[in-house]
Amino acid sequence: MRRGDGIVDRIDWLTVALYGLLVLAGLLNIYAAIYDIDNPAPFFSLSHNAGKQMIFIGVAVVLAISILAVDYKVYDTLSYPLWALFVFLLIVVLFVAREVNGAKSWIEFGSFRFQPSEFTKFATALAVAKYISRPNFKIARLKDAAILALLIGVPALLIIVQGDMGTALVFSVFILVLFREGMSPIPLILGVSAAVIFLLALLVQNHFYFWIPVAAISGIAIFFNRKSVKRMVLILAAGILVIGMFESVGYAFENFLKPHQQNRILVLLNPNADPLGAGWNVTQSKIAIGSGGLTGKGYLNGTQTKFDFVPEQSTDFIFCTIGEEQGWLGSMILIVLFMALLLRVTQLAERQKWRFARVYGYSVASILFFHFAINIGMTIGLFPVIGIPLPFFSYGGSSLISFTIMLFILIGLDANRMQMLAH
Amino acid sequence: MNRSRGYIIQGIFVLVGVLFALRLFSLQVLDESYKAAADNNIIQEEIEYPFRGLIYDRNGKLLVANKPMFDLMVVPSQVFIKDTLKFCDLIGIERNEFNEKIKKARKYSLVKASPFLKQLSLEDLAKIEDYLDEYPGFILQPRTTRSYTYPIMANALGYISEISPQELDKDTANYYHSGDYIGKSGIESEYEIYLRGQRGKKFKIRNVRGVEKGEFKDGEFDTLAVPGLSVTSTIDRELQQYAEKLMNGKSGSIVAIEPSTGEILTIVSSPSYDPNLLTGQKFSANFRSISQDTLKPLFNRPLMAAYRPGSIFKIVQSLVALQEGVITPDTKFKCNTNLIGCHNGASHPFGTSEKLVGAIKNSCNPYFYQVMRRMVVQDVDESPYLDAKIGLDKWNGYVQKFGFGSPLGIDLPGEKGGMIPDAAYYDRAYQGREWKFSNIYSIAIGEGENLVVPIQMANFVATVANRGYYYTPHLIKSIGDSGKPLPQYSEKHHTGVDSAYFEIAVEAMSQVVKSGTGQYRAKLQDIEVCGKTGTVQNDPNPDHSVFIAFAPRNNPKIAVSVYVENAGQGARAAAAISGLLIEKYIKRDSARLYFEPYVLKGDFE
Ligand SMILES: [Zn+2]
Repeated sequence: MRRGDGIVDRIDWLTVALYGLLVLAGLLNIYAAIYDIDNPAPFFSLSHNAGKQMIFIGVAVVLAISILAVDYKVYDTLSYPLWALFVFLLIVVLFVAREVNGAKSWIEFGSFRFQPSEFTKFATALAVAKYISRPNFKIARLKDAAILALLIGVPALLIIVQGDMGTALVFSVFILVLFREGMSPIPLILGVSAAVIFLLALLVQNHFYFWIPVAAISGIAIFFNRKSVKRMVLILAAGILVIGMFESVGYAFENFLKPHQQNRILVLLNPNADPLGAGWNVTQSKIAIGSGGLTGKGYLNGTQTKFDFVPEQSTDFIFCTIGEEQGWLGSMILIVLFMALLLRVTQLAERQKWRFARVYGYSVASILFFHFAINIGMTIGLFPVIGIPLPFFSYGGSSLISFTIMLFILIGLDANRMQMLAH
Repeated sequence: MNRSRGYIIQGIFVLVGVLFALRLFSLQVLDESYKAAADNNIIQEEIEYPFRGLIYDRNGKLLVANKPMFDLMVVPSQVFIKDTLKFCDLIGIERNEFNEKIKKARKYSLVKASPFLKQLSLEDLAKIEDYLDEYPGFILQPRTTRSYTYPIMANALGYISEISPQELDKDTANYYHSGDYIGKSGIESEYEIYLRGQRGKKFKIRNVRGVEKGEFKDGEFDTLAVPGLSVTSTIDRELQQYAEKLMNGKSGSIVAIEPSTGEILTIVSSPSYDPNLLTGQKFSANFRSISQDTLKPLFNRPLMAAYRPGSIFKIVQSLVALQEGVITPDTKFKCNTNLIGCHNGASHPFGTSEKLVGAIKNSCNPYFYQVMRRMVVQDVDESPYLDAKIGLDKWNGYVQKFGFGSPLGIDLPGEKGGMIPDAAYYDRAYQGREWKFSNIYSIAIGEGENLVVPIQMANFVATVANRGYYYTPHLIKSIGDSGKPLPQYSEKHHTGVDSAYFEIAVEAMSQVVKSGTGQYRAKLQDIEVCGKTGTVQNDPNPDHSVFIAFAPRNNPKIAVSVYVENAGQGARAAAAISGLLIEKYIKRDSARLYFEPYVLKGDFE
């Protein structure tokens, strides 16, 4: 083998380095989260989450190396079977799982347990990439769109049935991938507008404050388009549609969401509405982060995160520990690291010649982005509390291992991008 | 074009990153209210425990109240005591006990408060309150415990105590915290969610030495405790107290119901205990001795003790057979003691033929043997085995509609359903071998496999008093100010038997008390009592004495079932107690209570 041509030379070490930094920082913060000044546990011990996370990291590293060693073409071949396997496991989970926090998502074999829904994310990413990379794929064609919707929608629905709304929502991020691959931006814009209307519907008490501006804007728009009857009718229809949505959201909210989900959304809008119940997490988490100040209280010196004030300390609310102990500066380092990783992954995706690899790359970037945005957003009170982990950072084997697999498949594909030209 | 979309996506990523950076800057750097961190203060939550709802009797008399008490909490890292012995003297513990408690608290946490001494009374508090300032690290946490105005109905009221780890596990709504009190039995447990109220929370800023520095964000996040709802019980306190007095020294149960509503006027489980024993600091010691008592005072007999119903079941059999049409009120059967034994006496010698009313009055076993045979053997199938199955299941269906065979759904935990056998039951019992009427006839007279619990008997006699329907018996008639019980208790349950047949049963029960053998102890001046005795075989021990009754005959006010274990014939202890309770309830202070000394003496042989 010629020099400079080995897999080691072709790997994008920047991504690997960012990954390593995040995992390491995560481990240190998990230890900080479980650290108890009354009775400090040794760092190397399997009795706490940090010790267990070290084992998960070990497994993840072994998996990462094996992924790089495997022939990259295997992911293309295995994409549909993997998708089918995890959909099957999602169905199995419905029958065998024990309920944890209102969701049935764990498969257990003795002391070993894992969450198929975590792994379904990259399996779906592979399947979507595979389908889009078909030679005559056209997103505007109904059949292609429908099959994509099935590939994404089936696992998402099964995860909703498990009761894990948070993880199911992750699948909505594929809309970014489809957008990149040529889908009309209209669904994206409509989706965002719908979300805005949804929030307004819950925020605005007096409906006239919503009706009047909508009516005014429609009126003005109709006035400027008074030459075209067709446009006037369209604008009118749009106005009625917006108000209809607005009115039906309240109804849907009351009737389709479970009370604890309603609570989470209401609490986002007004955390003081239920400071003991669903608002508890957000309030405590904000107190912890806010008390960190500019430079933080110092590693292992957090107080709010030490007293079990913040729930799910080492998993979903791990960011509180950083916020409290490392302050704004530490939080910035974390955010910059994530930004760097997200942008680097996007660049990797863009430089792929093979469409399969590019679509997969965008899927990885989008999924990581969604987790990052929602997880940190919820701890600082910008999003409802939907429990999804911070990639590479939160405690949890299923999450760490599945994100590692997801990222390293991309690194593997990228390392082989020159060979793919033959494809 | 798609390439430029890549930049849009990257733009979205960066936008969110910038948004987070700004938000964090405002939260961590600009917002001063979180700056407790600057001088290393701690924001601590303090719990404000809600006032638990009270329990009243049907006439507004207070049965269960709250008594203030205090937990002395300790934060070990803040403790500084100059003279430990003086402190031990003050709070009344030994030096080694002090060391142990501090050690335990340190083990829990150096910086979090944990209970040092639990459940101090107001008197204890008065002694130490003024000196507590000299001992940093010790804080008083106000709480309440229960106090019972009268030492009655312990099993029905239930008790509260600290929540167990298992109960915490089951609390999926995460309402409870470790150390919270929760209703463990009786009304306290059944109405827990109404009684408990809602915990309040205060956020206080304290410095590292535990000194309070004020409210966090001016109390913006604080919540006030919401007191629990008080409930009004259906119990008549005076009658309850009187019934417990009558049952003193005896084992058994009494249930009295207002037939027109299903409201339980009195529910006695004997022997019992003083509910005040299960409050305050002595809880654990007292609980241990009560739960180890061989007389089982924690066993709630009216709901949990399944007995064979005995002769009172003949009323059920009469109603079922009349409705099914296998007999009429005029059907006569001979008292043939070759079939089954009978209480033959001067008024009911061997071989007499009785009509239905006479048979009930004399509690004629052979009569009901023959009634049951007609019920079970209806000749609808050629095989006597299959025929018996069909007949028995039909009978079972009728009896179930009276509320027998499964729990009634009263508002107390632990209710048992008793047992009314059906064909499937005997198939299992006979393990595939064939059976027919001759194998199962003892259920005809309330013996054999029949099992009922006292509350079902009381409900049954209330059903007879109503001539055909009942409201599920219940103990709470109003939650908060609603004036209403839980919705399921306003629902009428029909037995499916015509009220005309009930009139025949009522006539028979009236004659039982008027002129049946020995039932005179339930007879009252000016009040027409309708009743039925039962004497339940309990070999080799003395029989159980059973009596069910309601009064007055028209427009009944009260229905009672009395079960006295090992007290011989139903006509004695149980009948006398029933008469006394009915008279006491209807006549109040003008009751003559003729048989009271007889009952209190407690010798029924
Ligand atoms: Zn007879």
